[in-house]
Amino acid sequence: MTRPPIIETRGLSKTFGGLVALDEVDFQVEEGSITALIGPNGAGKTTLFNCLTGIYPPTRGHIVLRRPRGAGEPPLKTALNNLRPDQVTALGLARTFQNIRLFNNLTVLENVLIGCHTRMKAGLWGALMRTRQTRAEERAMAEFSIELLEKYGLGAAANDLAKNLPYGDQRRLEIIRALATGPRLLLLDEPAAGLNIAETGALDDLIRLIRERENLSILLIEHDMNLVMSVSEKVWVMEYGRLIAAGAPEEVKNDPVVIRAYLGEE
Amino acid sequence: MELFLDLLISGLTKGSIYALIALGYTMVYGIVGLINFAHGEIYMIGAFIALIASLALSQAGLAGWGLLVSVAAAAVVYSAMYGWTVEKIAYKPLRGSSRLSPLISAIGMSIFLQNYVQLLQSPNFLTFPSLVPELGFLAPVSHIVNSTQLFIWLATALIMTALTVLIKFTRLGLSMRAVSQDPDMARLSGVNIDRVISSTFVIGSALAAVGGLLIGCYMRQIDFYIGFLAGMKAFTAAVLGGIGSIPGAVLGALVLGFAESFAAGFISSDYEDAVAFVLLIVILIARPGGLMGAAQTQKV
Amino acid sequence: MSFKPGRFDWKRELAASSLAAVWLALLAGPLALFKINTSDYSLGLRWPLLLKMAGGAFVLSAVWRRFLARRASARRAAQRGEADKPQGGRGPARTWVDMVMGARYRLQIIGLFILGLMSIPFWASPYVVHIFITALIYIALGLGLNIVVGVSGLLNLGYVAFYAIGAYTYALLNFHFGLGFWLCLPLGALTATALGLLLGFPVLRLRGDYLAIVTLGFGEIVRLVLVNTELTQGPRGIGNISPPAFFGLDLNSQVKPHLLKVLPLMSPDLDMNKALIFFIILALVILTIVAVFRLENSRLGRAWLALREDEVACQAMGINRTRAKLTAFALGATWAGLAGVVFASQVTFINPTSFGFMQSVMILSIVVLGGMGSIPGVILGALVLILLPEYLRSYDDYRMLLFGALMVLMMVLRPGGLIQSVRQVYIHRPAASTPAAPPRQEPRGT
Repeated sequence: MTRPPIIETRGLSKTFGGLVALDEVDFQVEEGSITALIGPNGAGKTTLFNCLTGIYPPTRGHIVLRRPRGAGEPPLKTALNNLRPDQVTALGLARTFQNIRLFNNLTVLENVLIGCHTRMKAGLWGALMRTRQTRAEERAMAEFSIELLEKYGLGAAANDLAKNLPYGDQRRLEIIRALATGPRLLLLDEPAAGLNIAETGALDDLIRLIRERENLSILLIEHDMNLVMSVSEKVWVMEYGRLIAAGAPEEVKNDPVVIRAYLGEE
Repeated sequence: MELFLDLLISGLTKGSIYALIALGYTMVYGIVGLINFAHGEIYMIGAFIALIASLALSQAGLAGWGLLVSVAAAAVVYSAMYGWTVEKIAYKPLRGSSRLSPLISAIGMSIFLQNYVQLLQSPNFLTFPSLVPELGFLAPVSHIVNSTQLFIWLATALIMTALTVLIKFTRLGLSMRAVSQDPDMARLSGVNIDRVISSTFVIGSALAAVGGLLIGCYMRQIDFYIGFLAGMKAFTAAVLGGIGSIPGAVLGALVLGFAESFAAGFISSDYEDAVAFVLLIVILIARPGGLMGAAQTQKV
Repeated sequence: MSFKPGRFDWKRELAASSLAAVWLALLAGPLALFKINTSDYSLGLRWPLLLKMAGGAFVLSAVWRRFLARRASARRAAQRGEADKPQGGRGPARTWVDMVMGARYRLQIIGLFILGLMSIPFWASPYVVHIFITALIYIALGLGLNIVVGVSGLLNLGYVAFYAIGAYTYALLNFHFGLGFWLCLPLGALTATALGLLLGFPVLRLRGDYLAIVTLGFGEIVRLVLVNTELTQGPRGIGNISPPAFFGLDLNSQVKPHLLKVLPLMSPDLDMNKALIFFIILALVILTIVAVFRLENSRLGRAWLALREDEVACQAMGINRTRAKLTAFALGATWAGLAGVVFASQVTFINPTSFGFMQSVMILSIVVLGGMGSIPGVILGALVLILLPEYLRSYDDYRMLLFGALMVLMMVLRPGGLIQSVRQVYIHRPAASTPAAPPRQEPRGT
């Protein structure tokens, strides 16, 4: 049973000068699923992420996001093609980065509070005048942030500086911060990079927990095959900017095309 | 037509001197990511040392090319020493801290050196001798181009070539390029980072010293403040060409030299100093990386 | 050379300091030894000077090495003691400012302090009042620049341009149209803000260091325009700038005599207009501190901090970075404009020399030396940098020399600034019912 895609690309291509990073990629993420994107280094996975989140404008092709409307109405289809990253986030995509990008000199809680930016309305006037509305909003967001941290295991570290956290917790914080933006699609770029086996296991649990509690779709780029096999429902494989396989984890694992891509010609 | 030629020549001359200073800025920036505000002062100190050396050595009997070469040697050696010392005192202890701390330290050093020279010598303008001997073969065109100007162009061109050879073909040059691209990897590959950084400062300072000597011969006067203005403009030139790029620094300097010359000639000399900055703003708006700067793609 | 704890190895110290002295002698040699005689360009010899400098270098080097050794061993001891403490927390040790802010009667203490400040014109000499006005103006400038540089990470090296625009707006409007201080205060701020936006648009997408040099250039361009245009009276400057009006009273003739009868400590030489300006700038600074504090702990302030920490991640949080940058830039300009108007009314005569690159450097130094993003740090930085040169007045010739040396020293000793910014701590007291968090604000019409 397939559900409608929350996001899909059609004919997506991206070239940098002479280098073709993405080549006619037709890709989709089923709503509510945990989907993995794998492939050897340089396959274009992060480039795909960057196109989806507005960091690079695509050279060709379309990116379409489905947003539900009221009952009985068909979903709204929005093109993400030439939007800025902050606009894309406002539409419901959140991401983490290959190299952790936390706000290092701010506390854990402040990192999450910044994630709440799109949920808040206060502007310059509200900030300066400290209106009742602004104060209520601040308090609500602080509550929300602390609870989000506690929900996913970092409540005790709320007032620590982000840069002082151990590596595994930093990754976790980046994910929680992304959740704070209230996404419908969470993109994780190599979340297991640098984690040991125990930490990867915890990550596995975290991903499942998030999908269960937050009612969103998850797309992850990953090299750790154990994690991919364990947690994902569908796997897409890229090589040299092209999609070469897609399917259930077991299928893809045994696909000779995929094996060849990773191991090279025999 | 003659005006045009005059402006062209003065533009080329000024541009050459800016290039000598700009190289120091761009090399240091490429390696440690620091705007070396004190670099202009090294240039000024080079000029002062040159002046003192020329007075002392001419009393000792030297003249002509011998005098010029000895004075240049003195200026270069001393400026290199100053550059080396400034790096050790004001920048090395701050390696690794935020961008702004070394900047403030650099500015402090600049203020210190300006006043240091002013107090030790004089707050007024001092006359600088013309050290470049007259070249006989230039006599027929001496009203257009004089020996000093020709010497400046040739010296600058020679130094550029030498620098390019150094960067491209020597071990030090290779190390410098490595450190500017990836300091950690360079260190792991066995490059002595401290020595590379010191060498960069030393080379940049030596170039600035030559610039100071040449500006003295050209303008025939110096004071303790010349470093500040020339420094700012040379840095602007380096940014114009794309900071961190050596050919960019030269290109930017020449563009600036010509632009200033023509603006002073055709518009007004009051705003000559503003040309540098207006040019900078215009070019950076069109090309945010500078003329030869790489396209600003960041790995995400 | 590494600093080993333990016995004082005087032989090595002697060698090291001698080396330093010799090096200095070599370095300074030509400039110190030879004095160019400006009339006949002969060279005079100054051996005593050179020897004195070498001796000074020896002493300074010895003292410096001792200081560094002590600091290294103190640090090692502290590290050993704290090895078991958990990582994280508030960073550097609590300073006395922390303790005041956490104190029970903190509002009362601050209130008393402000009252104390307000009393100054009534007992201090006119000179002291003047210095305090200057210091307060620089505090306002420092706090304004702090928003741009300290909080948002936008390196503005030409901040003085906005200061100049505020001052000149008042001066010109006053000179040509007789407009008063109170009307020109918002006008000056507005002009500065407008220019901040104008400059910001094209320039804010530049990378950090490019932004720095462009803003520096902008500062210079403004100064050159002020010097060279007839409209602004060029280098002659504009004088006779009116002080602020106070309900139409002539303070010096109508109010001062009464005050002098009542207050025994008040100086009869005090210009009451200056006293009024003192109160105005004091009020402005207090408002500024409140405003900046509120901004830093707001959605906007956090967006600025995100911008400073990591621009890419900042955007990924849904923050429009161009708008955030522009707001910071323009707001910073507004403060400088306000400070400029007050400055013009204080000195009653302005010309372009007050608005050069050195001023931008001073203000930037206040922010960096004081501690980026830290309100008490900036205040302390302003006080140090303004009041210190006053103490150094007796060494007038050496003033700038010492100032430069001090800047380098401060940075080497404490790169983070005098008072480093301390992040806000949140304590969770679970509410009876948690208000639901509003959903993400989706953009309309897309």
